[in-house]
Amino acid sequence: MTDAIEFKDVSRHYGDVKALDGVSFTVQEGEFFSMLGPSGSGKTTSLRLMAGFEQPSRGSLTLMGQEASGTPPYERDVNTVFQDYALFPHMNVLDNVAYGLMVRKVPRTERHAQAREALAMVALPDHAERTPAQLSGGQRQRVALARALVNRPRILLLDEPLGALDMKLREQMQVELKVLHRKLGITFVYVTHDQGEALSMSDRIAVFNQGRIEQIASPRELYHQPRTRFVADFVGSANVIDTALAQTLTGRPQAFAVRQENIAMHPAGNVPATGRLQVEGEVLAIQFLGASQRLEVQVGGQVITALQAESEAASALAAHTRAGQRVALSWAPQHMVMLDA
Amino acid sequence: MRALSNFFYQRRTLTLLLMLTPPLLWFGVVYLGSLLTLLSQSVFVFDDMSMSVVAEFTTDNFANLLMPANLDIVLRTLGMAVAVTLATALIGFPMAWYMAHHASPAEKGFFYVGVMLPMWASYIVKAYAWTVLLAQGGVIYWVINALGLQGVLQAVLAIPVIGGDTLATSNLGRFLVFTYIWLPFMVLPIQAAIERVPANLLLASGDLGARPFQTFRTVLWPLAFPGVVAGSIFTFSLTLGDYIIPQLVGPSGLYIGNMVYTMQGTIGNIPMAAAFTCVPIVLITIYLAMARRLGAFNAL
Repeated sequence: MTDAIEFKDVSRHYGDVKALDGVSFTVQEGEFFSMLGPSGSGKTTSLRLMAGFEQPSRGSLTLMGQEASGTPPYERDVNTVFQDYALFPHMNVLDNVAYGLMVRKVPRTERHAQAREALAMVALPDHAERTPAQLSGGQRQRVALARALVNRPRILLLDEPLGALDMKLREQMQVELKVLHRKLGITFVYVTHDQGEALSMSDRIAVFNQGRIEQIASPRELYHQPRTRFVADFVGSANVIDTALAQTLTGRPQAFAVRQENIAMHPAGNVPATGRLQVEGEVLAIQFLGASQRLEVQVGGQVITALQAESEAASALAAHTRAGQRVALSWAPQHMVMLDA
Repeated sequence: MRALSNFFYQRRTLTLLLMLTPPLLWFGVVYLGSLLTLLSQSVFVFDDMSMSVVAEFTTDNFANLLMPANLDIVLRTLGMAVAVTLATALIGFPMAWYMAHHASPAEKGFFYVGVMLPMWASYIVKAYAWTVLLAQGGVIYWVINALGLQGVLQAVLAIPVIGGDTLATSNLGRFLVFTYIWLPFMVLPIQAAIERVPANLLLASGDLGARPFQTFRTVLWPLAFPGVVAGSIFTFSLTLGDYIIPQLVGPSGLYIGNMVYTMQGTIGNIPMAAAFTCVPIVLITIYLAMARRLGAFNAL
């Protein structure tokens, strides 16, 4: 497979601030690639470099095998869906969608026909004559998507496109985006700070932190085999056991991660089953979440979170558990993931 | 105090009435009232013999406006107003664009002061200052001589209509003064309009394949156009009503403002002055109707 995008040691500085610090990675053609990280981690800067809104301070960037540094946005075969949609307020929906064809001098009837096709693709065929101000957030989102797709780009960039939508709509759009991706077969690059969104949609995910990439992996690998403390914590919020506690438990000063759902709760003084590791601590809080319950326990200098699926046994145990009480937590060794840093 | 607050809080209409009455009185009675009184006089007869106004209906004053001498004044003023409006828009737009989208906060402050500072000085002082700048032996002639461009200046001054014997007595000189003095009134509304255009719209346009000029023509200009219209209403109407600059700089020949001033101040022909006052009002109304046709107010 060809590489759709290649970053080679790319940096982007603003004065002394390194928004992106020597990053290298490739995105394959047709891939759904997510860039995940907190704000200011460099994921949006990477997207803006791909779109051509900014140029790298150092390093090289190729798009579809061609050097792209220095190429302006309007000469790139790349289109962007903006976080705030950036629809033109002085044009109706049809002209918004047809804009990319209009500036390429496609005749009016033809570009309107293609725009209507694009609107049908995002399930919005009856809103062509409205203005953006007359649409709901979800509808604007679809118009922005149609407008970016009407140019038939090789690469579609999505900058937190679902951030402004409510939960229900967001989940629905996630499914639709996935369907659209499969149907079009083009490369999607998706920026998000929502790890659930990244995990559910992506082929691969790059986790950004402080201008660098911590790990690039498939969602499953990222979830089960986080390589660094940051990834373990940020993706699915695993418990990171400090070197100090790890030393007393395993005899080695190497931090490790244990997922919340892999931790079992017992009454204090419980004798652990063979091979299981166990700690004791004081319950800080217990939350009922519906399908599960969440327990925060202070163990030495750190807080460990355990997530238990709701069951009769779990609710019976919960009925006897109060904040301030001592409990034991245990997990099996195969659920421990050793961390680099 | 508290009882008073509660009293007004529970009587919203009364509070609103109290707040709106002074401005409404001022605007309605003092301003509109006197304007209408003036305009109503435009259909009165002015008796040349007794030099007094007679309250009899006539349309002669408006017919008089169409006499060659008066029509000349109207067209001269209108031509200058159009030229000044175009020039201020042409100079003002790039300035406003830079202020709104490129300047750092410190630079922006500098630009604001730079644009506003001349407005703090008296208008009369600025107009007189320009007579000194434009005079023979003044700064502008000195610079032109120093650069060896006398020939160019002579050629420009030889062009009919805009030229003249010297800069200070040419329409070109008058145009420079008008453009300088009204420029802030153009820059600030455009700057406010451009500031409201989200930067993402311009990025999106480029992203979709528009070259910078296409982005300007199809996105920035339509969205900034209401600001240009707002600014041009200032420059247009201020030029139409001015009577000082035409006296100080440029060739002889009166402007509408001079005629109003002369008619009512010197001769006492209030009806004719009122008829002249109608001209800018009609011109501005036509101008606004055209701007509306062009969609200047669609985005409001």
